[in-house]
Amino acid sequence: MKLKFLTFLIIFFSISSVSLSIEPDIFVQSTVNRASKLLSENISKDEKIEKLKLIAKETVDIRGIGFYTLGSKRKSLNEEEKKRYAKLFEVYFLKSFSSRLAEYTNPEIDVFNKEKLNDSYTIVNSLLKATNERPEINIDWRIYTKDPNNPLIRDLIIEGLSLARTQKEEFASVLSSNDDNIDALFKVLEEFSNN
Amino acid sequence: MKKIIVILITTFTLVVNAYAGSDGELIIKKNEPSEIKDCSETFNKASFALNKGLDKIIFKPVSSVYRVLPSPVKTGVSNSLNNLSNVVTIPNNILQGEFALAGINTGRFLINTTVGILGLFDVATLLGFNEYVKEDYGQSLASHGVGPGCYLVLPVLGPSTARDTIASLTNFIGGDAWYNVTVKNDTHYFRDFDYYASRVTAGVDFRAKNFDSIENLEKNSLDFYASVKSLYLQDRQQRILNSTKIIETQDDSDWEEIETQ
Repeated sequence: MKLKFLTFLIIFFSISSVSLSIEPDIFVQSTVNRASKLLSENISKDEKIEKLKLIAKETVDIRGIGFYTLGSKRKSLNEEEKKRYAKLFEVYFLKSFSSRLAEYTNPEIDVFNKEKLNDSYTIVNSLLKATNERPEINIDWRIYTKDPNNPLIRDLIIEGLSLARTQKEEFASVLSSNDDNIDALFKVLEEFSNN
Repeated sequence: MKKIIVILITTFTLVVNAYAGSDGELIIKKNEPSEIKDCSETFNKASFALNKGLDKIIFKPVSSVYRVLPSPVKTGVSNSLNNLSNVVTIPNNILQGEFALAGINTGRFLINTTVGILGLFDVATLLGFNEYVKEDYGQSLASHGVGPGCYLVLPVLGPSTARDTIASLTNFIGGDAWYNVTVKNDTHYFRDFDYYASRVTAGVDFRAKNFDSIENLEKNSLDFYASVKSLYLQDRQQRILNSTKIIETQDDSDWEEIETQ
């Protein structure tokens, strides 16, 4: 009886863990569908932006992207500065991300492939369909899969160009033109968020 | 002009020093965007500001009209420009040792110029030819292991590197058949105007295709100059390596470091 019960538990938990893990391509397609549905709704741009921010908070690893973007400078920050940076970055990221997306109306994105790089990352390939005003665009998604039950977006790669990397070099430029002073970056982030 | 020449000569030394084998990994390392130095930042930023001004008064207004033209018109223009660029792509396919591709692109050029009515229709693709990928002399030098040298922003022409700027001079000394039959030689069939009009149209076509992305980028950048530099160098890296797969064109190790954060 005891053995039977134990076997049941093992099978039960292994099935549960399988069913809970979310495939990165399905995660991307469902996120895209949510965003697309929202963008085609007949609501104001400001409402769209607020709702997009909620989706981004759920599906994007904003903290991870923030520290990636900071490059090697993150190693020299104290705990206080890290906390302040993470907070400022989140506000900056959500504003920048949602206002970029809010420009699109009813974008049609089809996920067609995925490539597992390692246990932490999978690249999901998708295609943004062409409209009369722009050609079709390849969009790849770097999905952080350390926790397979909770995949998160860490980068968007548009036609092979990484947004996170671009942001990282942008931040490095702000730092280098201000004697590597983190307060200068904080100030620029604050100004961007307040505008 | 004198300043550009001085910068080119200075950076040429760096390019030559950077010459080495053509191993793929080495090419990635050499062309890694974050590793390319901005040796003439003051000049580059002045050039960038000038180009932004030109964009505001010429390219942006013209491309905003161009982008609302009917799709078949824009596709026809894009096809013609692509077809014309074959005359630079084909010699570069050969320089990179891609002889089969040079043959395919020659076939593509002949079909599209004749059946496709001067390239307006991409008949070759309909017949099942491979997707067309442009090549230039800068890419050929890079594929043989020549490093990019310093980052440059050229007035009117935009972002480049020392290697690519020097390599592009080949177009004016016989390396671009279209330039040869329009500007360099008096063939009685074409005029200088045809060459310059095609270059300006290519600029407008590019601007129109990327209209929203450029507007969005400028609006949401903390440092627009740095963003354009990064995007240009990333794009250049993929063209050199003939791949849009980010794991093949960029050093991925910095993503792993985040694990330890």
